[in-house]
Amino acid sequence: MLKYFGSRLLTFLPTFIGVTLISFAFIRVLPGDPIIVMAGERGLTEARYAELMTQFGFDQPIYVQYWDYFIGVLQGDLGQSFVTKKPVWDEFFSLFPATLELSICAMIFAVLLGLPAGIIAAVNRGKFLDRALMSTALVGYSMPIFWWALLLIIVFSGNLNWTPVSGRIDLIYYFPSASGFILIDSLASGQKGAFLSAVRHLILPTLVLGTIPLAVIARQTRSAMLEVLGEDYIRTARAKGLTPARINGIHALRNALIPVITVIGLSVGTLLAGAILTETIFSWPGIGKWMVDSIFRRDYPVVQGGLLLIAVMVMVVNLTVDVLYGVINPKIRKR
Amino acid sequence: MTQTPASEIAETEERPGRLKEFWFYFRENRGAVFGLYIFVVFAFCAAFAPLLSLYDPTEQFRQFTLLPPAWQEGGDWQFPLGTDPLGRDMLSRLVEGSRYSFFVGIVVVTIAASGGILVGLIAGFAPKWLDSIIMRIMDIILAFPSLLLALVLVAILGPSLTNAMIAIAIVLQPHYVRLTRASVMSERQKDYVTSARVVGAGLGRLMFVTVLPNCLAPIIVQAALSFSTAILDAAALGFLGMGAQPPTPEWGTMLAEAREFILRAWWVVTFPGLAILVTVLAINLMGDGLRDALDPKLKRS
Repeated sequence: MLKYFGSRLLTFLPTFIGVTLISFAFIRVLPGDPIIVMAGERGLTEARYAELMTQFGFDQPIYVQYWDYFIGVLQGDLGQSFVTKKPVWDEFFSLFPATLELSICAMIFAVLLGLPAGIIAAVNRGKFLDRALMSTALVGYSMPIFWWALLLIIVFSGNLNWTPVSGRIDLIYYFPSASGFILIDSLASGQKGAFLSAVRHLILPTLVLGTIPLAVIARQTRSAMLEVLGEDYIRTARAKGLTPARINGIHALRNALIPVITVIGLSVGTLLAGAILTETIFSWPGIGKWMVDSIFRRDYPVVQGGLLLIAVMVMVVNLTVDVLYGVINPKIRKR
Repeated sequence: MTQTPASEIAETEERPGRLKEFWFYFRENRGAVFGLYIFVVFAFCAAFAPLLSLYDPTEQFRQFTLLPPAWQEGGDWQFPLGTDPLGRDMLSRLVEGSRYSFFVGIVVVTIAASGGILVGLIAGFAPKWLDSIIMRIMDIILAFPSLLLALVLVAILGPSLTNAMIAIAIVLQPHYVRLTRASVMSERQKDYVTSARVVGAGLGRLMFVTVLPNCLAPIIVQAALSFSTAILDAAALGFLGMGAQPPTPEWGTMLAEAREFILRAWWVVTFPGLAILVTVLAINLMGDGLRDALDPKLKRS
């Protein structure tokens, strides 16, 4: 087990260094002198230029610059935003709870619907229900979610006037943000209206962000279930006279869940990519919108730092999934 | 995707009946055949867009701005799907837009697949250290969420459709590398490869003539899937203002332009997105059919 964990960690480290190299290279491969780009249209004097060169360390040899950057990264120093002048690290972690909350809700939505859909489809293999569910799943899988978001806005916000179009909560409510999760904070504040408002703001983004994971989970659950249902021990269980509910629910589902859980774990990257579009459309103040805004504002330290933090987060989650998978399934460890 | 027929035909010459066998299994999946029909219509639109569209896609009819579709009150059969905020004909723009999506799909898949297959073959045949280096580089690319990496690459290169295609191809390429390498690894140990080597086949011949054709099945399926991913990602980049630039009638860009009118004019938002969805869905249906037809495990013969 330790050996397995060690070997996973050994592949993690070079990838981590590679990711820092890419984010380091980002500012340096931009066309033009980064200092001139930072100064923008106002321009700057010779003296200020030299000062900035020293401040950002651009006068050092490239490997020294990288080394300083790498040490900085390890200490949580990702530079400052051009626009807000705040450290990138602090900005990231003040916005991250919004994205995390949205992603968790989207994942819960996807699992709650996707898992039963996949099981029902597998049990009714080839019948109408199976085909209907899997066709729907394929439509969901093919969905351009930015368009899906606009459609939902037309129907639920425009025609029915049920849900708000943007933000996390109506501005009339105020309460201290202790956890950063607006559902928890608004509930803790004791204002009933605030909690309901937060829920209503959350519904459409959750639906949009959860759509593709939902489709993936439904398809994956179905195929995992079908594979397991063909195994000998299922036939044995049937021969023993167990009820179909017990066979499907206990014998089959438990074993089918392993690949499904992997898929859930590995869809963190998909969720973050989806968050970029979802947050932009719903003006959700999370890291996806923050990244897009920063790209448009040419706030390069933010783009650089955000890129690195997101990649590291995806890697950590993937590593965790890998290790957990090894814990659950001894066959994997041997590889 | 479009490479499929070519490679299948090439193989038929040496082994007659392969194409027929493939078609036999493909036809069993009704969804896939349906997807194929839609794809043919889509390809037809892309090929003959100038002949099919009623007007120039950028021509502005200033007296007919935001005209609803013809069947709705206030619509006009002159503009069957209505007009956009600048008075351009929606139908003509949608038909013209199919060209961009088709082009994006073909170019991205060609670049990503040829690059990925080459690198994957090298990784599969290379000594262990080189293989490790290549695979770590692919891990690094895969650590970034694909859309984010594409977005940042476009921010570096400058927003345009060409740069969006380059970015998407780079992001999709590691999947081909992994797939090719995995197939090469399992094929390489088989007897026919050993015998080819004993007969004196060089490394190049072993890679491209002996092993590669036997690795193609999963790659073809991947090509179909990444064709649709490419279209989706290019539309997403266009939607974020980082892909094709207005007034290009690319579907994602059209959606971005239409965003402020969503509550006033449903058609300017609905149709471009529907076009993306139907195209992507058709390709994914075909991809499922291809997988069933090409995957020997599922064949009951």
